[in-house]
Amino acid sequence: MDWINQLSPLWQFTLISSVKILCVFSVLMFIVAYAVWVERKVAAAIQDRIGPNRVGIFGLLQPLADAGKAFLKEDFTPDHVRKAYYWLAPAIVMTPSLLTVAIIPFGSYLGGEKMVIADLSVGVLYTFGIVSLGVYGIVLAGYAANSKYPFLGGIRASSQMISYEIAMGLSVVPVFLMVGDLNLTAVVQYQAGSLFDWLIFKQPLAFAIFVAAMFAEMNRLPFDLPEAEQELAGGYNVEYSSIKFALFFMGEYAAMTVGSALLVTLCLGGWSLPFAGLDQPASTWLGGFLHIGIFLAKMLFVEFTIIWVRWMWPRFRYDQLMNLGWRRLVPLGLANIVVTAVVLWALAK
Amino acid sequence: MTADLLFYLFAACTLVCGFLVIANPFSLNPVTSAMFLVLTMVFLAGLFVLLHAFFLAAIQVLVYAGAVMVLFLFVIMLLDLKAEERRRLKVFGITTGLIAVGAILFIFLNTLAQAPLGASTTPELEGTTMALGKLLFTRYLLPFEVVSVLLLVAMIGAIFLSKKELK
Repeated sequence: MDWINQLSPLWQFTLISSVKILCVFSVLMFIVAYAVWVERKVAAAIQDRIGPNRVGIFGLLQPLADAGKAFLKEDFTPDHVRKAYYWLAPAIVMTPSLLTVAIIPFGSYLGGEKMVIADLSVGVLYTFGIVSLGVYGIVLAGYAANSKYPFLGGIRASSQMISYEIAMGLSVVPVFLMVGDLNLTAVVQYQAGSLFDWLIFKQPLAFAIFVAAMFAEMNRLPFDLPEAEQELAGGYNVEYSSIKFALFFMGEYAAMTVGSALLVTLCLGGWSLPFAGLDQPASTWLGGFLHIGIFLAKMLFVEFTIIWVRWMWPRFRYDQLMNLGWRRLVPLGLANIVVTAVVLWALAK
Repeated sequence: MTADLLFYLFAACTLVCGFLVIANPFSLNPVTSAMFLVLTMVFLAGLFVLLHAFFLAAIQVLVYAGAVMVLFLFVIMLLDLKAEERRRLKVFGITTGLIAVGAILFIFLNTLAQAPLGASTTPELEGTTMALGKLLFTRYLLPFEVVSVLLLVAMIGAIFLSKKELK
């Protein structure tokens, strides 16, 4: 490994960052592919069916078959669509998740390297900035389709995402009041001490609001109104086929994966476990890999729960969705900020 | 060197996108204009990053590109766009526009003439959120409060206007 140390710092940085980006991207794409398989298997189990079992054992090669099908199907462009936006929208849907994953600390240290692609000082603000751009993909898809149902889906998406972004932003303010830093690595460090340092226990209300807002931002049941099949025949993606349609799907699952990762980082202790010395940043390679494993395990558990919820809960009505967002979550989030600030101030006195 | 290159790249992109917002020769579609405004905001955020104002950059994307422009898009989509797409330039619009641009240009040039380039020191605001917060609550407390009151007034006004009947 000597040749790495002989490189100039700039080249070292470039090389190590590229390796990290490549690893994170491949793992993310792998999880996205298999999240679809898990979704179908969980749905089948809950509805007392068998689920995909034709391709490979337990249907494990199903994602490959799906990808092959998506690529080989005819890519049909309807005549009435707005071409430029029609091509742009599926690409935009995928981008925010890929950008957000860059600042998530997915492990402590591995061979002296911090296990995060970009350790930004404004951490979570960057995340919210990028997440707030996510709505464009869906809105533009609805607009590009130039027909009724997709358009309604797009309009619903934009109002829903704006509403819940506010609740989401408010919910994490108390978290950062307690941590005293916007950097996500610092948030994980803060929670590393004991189980009761995890912010899910210190800030249960913030956790609850964040989870509700996260479901709405990801357009997952019980808040999947933009694509409500029964009312909108599929919503914003009605006019899409083949790989463009698949990109919307992948975008949804990538957003789910990144959302779970963010939740684990903010409230569930990130890569740390409060025993066996796993609460300290790792100094050995084994410890480093263990931390990455812990992070992945927590993240996959959250993602599994998100899938599970989908098959257990009915969909909200649109007015209920807006009512919950503006009249329950936003005031609760505001109250939580004030209470947390007062308590912190009283404790500091 | 890289920073210089990036500055020219972001500045050029900001200007081109800004131009395409108001005078797009290829399309008169307001949605296209709005999307170019989003791009302008994002490139502006890039310029802020080059100035080490990370907080400002993140807020720029979060508030303007992510929230305000989505609302713009929302409103544009709900309106009838046919009339807008047929619109032609009017003398009145051109004159008022030129006057506004001229006035802003005059202020810029005036300020530039008074403050010679390169003479100013590095700003103390090095992008950390805590420093920004401290400044907001000490030196800039009054402007901060005034802006807050202004926003409150705007909010009450919006609620007042959107109420169908006053009881």
